[in-house]
Order: sequence, then structure tokens, then C-alpha cells
Amino acid sequence: MYVAVKGGETAIAHSLDLVADKRRGDRDVSELSLEQIDQQLGLAVDRVMTEGSCYDRSLAALAIKQARGDLIEAIFLLRAYRTTLPRFGASEPLDTTRMVAERRISSTFKDVPGGQVLGPTYDYTHRLLDFSLAAAGERPEAPTAPADATHALPRVGDILQRDGLLEPPPSRLDGEAGDLTREPLVLPADRPLRLQNLARGDEGFLLALGYSTQRGYGNNHPFVGEIRYGHVPVSFVPEELGFAIEIGEIEVTECDMVNQFAGSHEVPPQFTRGYGLAFGHVERKAMAMALVDRALRADELGEAVTSPAQDEEFVLAHSDNVEASGFVQHLKLPHYVDFQSELVVVRALRAEVEKRLEQAALAQAAE
Amino acid sequence: MTMTFLAPGFADPSHDAQRLFRGVLDAFSHPGRIVELRDAPAGPGTLSIAAIGFLLTFADRETPLWLEAGVDKQEVRDFLRFHAGAPIVQAREAATFGVIVAGGGEPFAGFAIGTDTYPDRAATLVIEVPALDGGRSTIWRGPGIDGEVRVAIDGLGDGFWPAWSANHALIPCGVDLVFACGSRLIALPRSIAVEA
Amino acid sequence: MPDTTIQDTLPQDGAYNYAYLDEQTKRMIRRAILKAVAVPGYQVPFGGREMPLPYGWGTGGIQVTAALIGRDDTLKVIDQGADDTTNAVSIRRFFARVAQVATTTHTGEATIIQTRHRVPETPLTDGQILVFQVPIPEPLRMLEPRETETRTLHALSEYGVMQVSLYESIARHGRIAKTYNYPVMVNGRYIMSPSPIPKFDNPKLDRSPALQLYGAGREKRIYAVPPHTPVKSLDFDDHPFEIETWTESCALCGSTESFLDEMIVDDDGKRLFVCSDTDYCESRR
Repeated sequence: MYVAVKGGETAIAHSLDLVADKRRGDRDVSELSLEQIDQQLGLAVDRVMTEGSCYDRSLAALAIKQARGDLIEAIFLLRAYRTTLPRFGASEPLDTTRMVAERRISSTFKDVPGGQVLGPTYDYTHRLLDFSLAAAGERPEAPTAPADATHALPRVGDILQRDGLLEPPPSRLDGEAGDLTREPLVLPADRPLRLQNLARGDEGFLLALGYSTQRGYGNNHPFVGEIRYGHVPVSFVPEELGFAIEIGEIEVTECDMVNQFAGSHEVPPQFTRGYGLAFGHVERKAMAMALVDRALRADELGEAVTSPAQDEEFVLAHSDNVEASGFVQHLKLPHYVDFQSELVVVRALRAEVEKRLEQAALAQAAE
Repeated sequence: MTMTFLAPGFADPSHDAQRLFRGVLDAFSHPGRIVELRDAPAGPGTLSIAAIGFLLTFADRETPLWLEAGVDKQEVRDFLRFHAGAPIVQAREAATFGVIVAGGGEPFAGFAIGTDTYPDRAATLVIEVPALDGGRSTIWRGPGIDGEVRVAIDGLGDGFWPAWSANHALIPCGVDLVFACGSRLIALPRSIAVEA
Repeated sequence: MPDTTIQDTLPQDGAYNYAYLDEQTKRMIRRAILKAVAVPGYQVPFGGREMPLPYGWGTGGIQVTAALIGRDDTLKVIDQGADDTTNAVSIRRFFARVAQVATTTHTGEATIIQTRHRVPETPLTDGQILVFQVPIPEPLRMLEPRETETRTLHALSEYGVMQVSLYESIARHGRIAKTYNYPVMVNGRYIMSPSPIPKFDNPKLDRSPALQLYGAGREKRIYAVPPHTPVKSLDFDDHPFEIETWTESCALCGSTESFLDEMIVDDDGKRLFVCSDTDYCESRR
């Protein structure tokens, strides 16, 4: 019996030992290294970094190892570590036109300046289990062309925007963007806060919401303006220097979704945008995020809010899988006091109903 | 740049702040109760130890601070900037905390009182007084007080208690006060009705 | 029995600040607590942090306790009224580990009591702080899911929706069938969720000499009831508020006054009733 009897402390100690033992598994099988996780389960690392809001491959790999591959648990571990880190400030906005892209596609044009770069994608793999992977053996390295880091890679959206066909991106913020990890979410939220929430949001939740918009629950006729994945430099302005210095490079996936907009009396028809960004190579998430971002702009663009993906409170309040996982699973905690209160009342109510029925039966018999 | 002498802040930041916080919380939970802030740093000398202790406990980079002319000395600014990192602002409405010297007119005018939906977005004001007792007797009632309590803070001007009544009437909005003298303080949250 | 062994068996974590949270976060929480005390029953938004325990398992209460706790404190943690429920043990271990604080199971010895779902039977005293873990801080949430709406209803003191809900319960069941998380009016101004304590405990909140702090981590809200503050359970003149009663008494201490847990002790469904408050029960045996 797990319930609140004496010995809770011993039970917890034993449970901790058991979970550590299960994590290690059969000792005859060699232990995973963090490097192996980083290199060979890299997309899991990317997801954990994205939803964990912390760009650190080795910490994410550690979290995945500790969580035995449960990515939501790993995200939680990384978040709980992240929250204890000191903050030095905010970086300059990433300039993704400076990206050294490994992959870059647009579905709105056959060709675009800078070219279509297919890069590493599962899109055209045939989903046949590759049994050769079950056996050991090295693969030859894939041939690659040298990356071109000298030319800026213009965004497809910027080209469309020149003709006025596409809305311009929002102007640069005056101050600093809010920080959901330090301040409570206040509703209605602005777009920077919404995007922050979505970037941290659960991939599965956003995928389902994005999908729902395609099936008519808040349709906004999306096209992939562009998806790009690669390295971008990160710059930071130290207070004592007063100018930006490059502090490193990170890998990101960016999705610029182009959507129809009917226009109105004042505004001629124009394409609008939804935006998605994720750490590492997380295309599905970036696309889903862009769909939901656009759906959440319904109010701003004068569209009727009729569907879950357009409902800011609904989306933002339920996107976080660390919150959701905790609250769903807290039902495992003892609730026997509240249940006892319910028992007392349900019994009393049942007794009253039974008494009424009995009296009614007696009255009927007497007639 | 010449650095004026900088008085020391908390000797043991984590535990000093914790102890002082509990003192202030005790005061807010029991309006009218005189609470001694044990072992608070002395500060630059031109503010009471209680006011310094309060500010070091609660103020930081995220809480703009407003200082009345009487206490807005260079050594106070240097001390609070260095030890708390709090930005010092000229506009009352921008301040999370304010430091006021008792006796002036319209002591609360212009400070943030919060909104009906977010009444927490209101300023907390520290009022430097000459004594926490021996002044004009008032009767306080409200949350934290068992029935009523008599409080006789000294040095408050004639207009003070009418101004407080107006503030109390704004509930749930309104400013909250801390009266400071030496190393002791009394808290007066907006929820308290004062019979002067 | 106080669990004094925990400190010896757990590693000290030099990597973390005292009481886990960094000082900046503690200051932010302390400011929120001060405003919560100044506006009794109003839910103050705060920048809740991810804690090393899951959301829904007491992260709000833990953050409030972490902002309060110091070397002079004695901490008691209960869940369902018991000190030895697994989650209570886990939270007590956490604070013994990160704050090296003395812990106790005796209500009277504690300066801070963190609780989930119960208020101790032993009356609390001036100087004690009761920290509640709160899952859903908004008392109107199940009637109106939107935060923007409920915030406006509180601002306007527009609580008709709650009255209607209670009245519907009377119409259906002949009584207010709500048994836990029973809404209260604080200081005549804000309707407040007392957290999922049984309504049996509601009268203990009224004019208590102890300070009550409520922390909701996932929802990022802190609220408070200062000492001696009126806390009224909502009711109607013709349907006054009542608490649960039992015909049985505690099988261990014989109490007829405490909240009793029902235990099924054999396969035939035989039942036994014992005090939910383990410290109260042990002190009477």
C-alpha cells in the first residue's frame, strides 16, 4: 500500500535507488556517454534545449540520460537547472540573414536568391526500417559542398515585402522583451511574450493546434515562405564596453509562414506572417509554432476568434509541458482527505434520496 | 571621480535579508506593532537603520526608488545604488518604493496606487518619523489587528490622517506605509482604518 | 518523532544558494508576500520559478517557504494532515537539505508549517506561519475559465456567478454539496480559495492568530490572510454553512472532534476511522 502509513521516508529512499538502477539497466551493456547522446540522438537534444529554454548540448544530453530518454522529464530537469543560473543580460536579436545555412527551402517560389538547399532531412527518406543499423559498422562520410559564410542569405519574406505583398515584420522593440521565466504571464499578452511561450511550448501540443488550423479550426491558408536551419552568431553588449561583441554561434531552425489575408476597407489584401524559431534542427516544432503564432494574431488582424488555436488564453495557459505534466501527475498524490469529505456528503445525499423513495413507496402502498 | 565613503551593507546577504524580511513581515501582519530590526546595518547615517534595512531587504534593480529632497543625499544614493542596485527616479508615479520625511504636505500624492485589476502594483512608502510613540494617539482597526490597537506615532503633520483616510478608502488600491525610527518600524497597510 | 537524521544523510549542495532560490528571486517573492498581506485575499501574480519538484506537487508553497525560511525556524510539513505522507517527507527532506533547518512534527513547536489539504487540529498561535500549497488559486476558475474575466469580476466584487453556483447546488441536492476547496470571503472584499482543505477546516481560518500564506506555483499567484482577519465561508441565511460530522470516533485516540480518515482494513470492506492529523492523534494517546 503506497498510502500515508509510517515508513514514507524509507519507501522514498528505496524508490530513488530503484529508479537509478532502472536507468542504468543491464550492466553487461555498456553505458551511454553524453557525447553519444549529443552525436547520435541529436534531435532529442535539440528538442530538450528548445523546450528547456537553455542552449547547452551537454546539459541537455545529461538530462536525457538521467531521464532515461523521457524528453518531457529531461526538459523539466534542464529547466529546473536553468532557473538557478545567474543572468548577465539579453543578447542582441539574432540576425538570421547571417546564417550559414545547412538547409533552406521555400515552397512559395521555385527558386530563390541564395538557392534552395535541401540539406539533411527525413522528408525524402523512405520510412523503411534500415536493418543495417542494427549491426555495427561505420558509414562513409557524406560529401558536402563548402558552406558559404561570406554572403548574407536574404529572407524570402523580405523580397515579397518589397512589393508590399507581404506585411513588414514588426518594428524593433523599444525596450527589452518581457521574460516569462522571470515574470508571470499577464493576459492579454503581446506578441513577443506569445512567441516566447510558444518557443517553450510542447511540440505535440503545438503540432495538434497547428494541424487543427489546417483542418478548418481557424484556417489561415498557410504557405511555407521559408524554412532555414544552420548556424547564426550571437552578439551581446557588455555594459562596460557599450558595443556588441560576438560571443558564439548557435544552431537554430527558423520558419517564416506566409498566410492569406483578405484585407479590409482600409487595408488592401496582403499576405501576413506567422513566425517560428527553435534551437537546433526542430522543423516540425518551428512550423507548428508559426501556424499557431499566425492563428493567435486573429484579433490583431480583425478575424473572428472561433477556434482553440486562435484563443490566446487557452493556448498560452496549456502549452507548457512541464506545468501540464506536473499537474496531471499530481493526481497520484494522496487526496484521501478531500475524498473523505466527498464520501461523507455522497453518503448523506444517498441516504436522503433512499429515505424519500421509501416514504414515497409507503405512501403509495397506503393508498 | 571621487568615491565618497561607502558604508557596509549586509554582512551575510542571504541570512541578513531573511531575518529583516521576517521582521517586516511581522510588522505588516500586525499593523501597529513596533518591530525591532535586529542587527541591521547602519547605512550612511542620514537614513534610519530601519529605513535602510527595509530598502536593502526589498529593493533591487527591478524596483525604482524615489527619495524626498530631505534624504536625497549623495551618500544615500551611492549606498543604495551600490548595495541594492535600485534605480533612483524623479517621478513619484514610477517608484516602487519611496522614502519620505514626516511632516510634509500631501505625503502620498502621485505615488502608484495600483489598479482595480492589479492592486498589487502600488508603492510602499517608508516614512521617517521622530518617534514611534508619544505622539498623537490614534486607533487602528483591520486585518492583522485583534479588535483595535492604539498607536501614537510622533511628528506626522495635521493633514496626515485625513490623507490616510482617503488612501484607505481606495481599497483594494492604495499605498502601504512603513514608519521608521532608529532600528524600529511600524507597518500600516492600506487595509487598516485609522481613527485619529 | 522529529526526523533529525535527515541532515546527516543528505549531501550539502554548495552549488545552490541557501534555501535553493537565489536572492533576487527571494526578494521578488518577498515583495509579493508583502502586497498579499496588504490586500488580504487578493491573488498577487509573481514570477514563479521552475522548482526541482514538479508543478502540482507544492512548488508554490515551497517557493513561499523558501522565501521565509531561516536558521531560526523550525519547519513542519504535512500532507493530508500527516507528517509521514510521501510528499510531505519529500518536501521536508528538500528543506533539511537546502536550508539546514530544524524540522518537527509537533504543531506547537513549528514556526512555519507547510501544508497540503489540511489545517492542523491544534490551534495555531501568534508568530506561526501556515503556508498552503494551492493547485488552482482562482475560486471562480471552474465557473469561468478565463483569467481576464475572473480578474475583472474580482475587481468589481462581482460574485453573482458564485452565488448562483451555490444556489444551484441547493436546488439540486437540498444543500450546498461542495465539500472541499469551499469558497470563503476574506475581510468582506475578496472571494478566496482556501485551497483543497475539507470545509471542516474552514472555521479555523477565521480570525486565526497565525499568518496564512497561500502559494500557487504553476499558476504563479501568492495570496494571504493576515492574523485576526475575518474569513467567512459562503452560505445563505436559510442554508447556513456546516462542517462534516462523523458518528464514529478515532480508533486510535478516541477523538470525536477531529477530521477522520476512513480506512478499509480487510477484504470484506470493514472500516476503521482514524485522525487525519497524525501529530494531534499521537499527542492524545
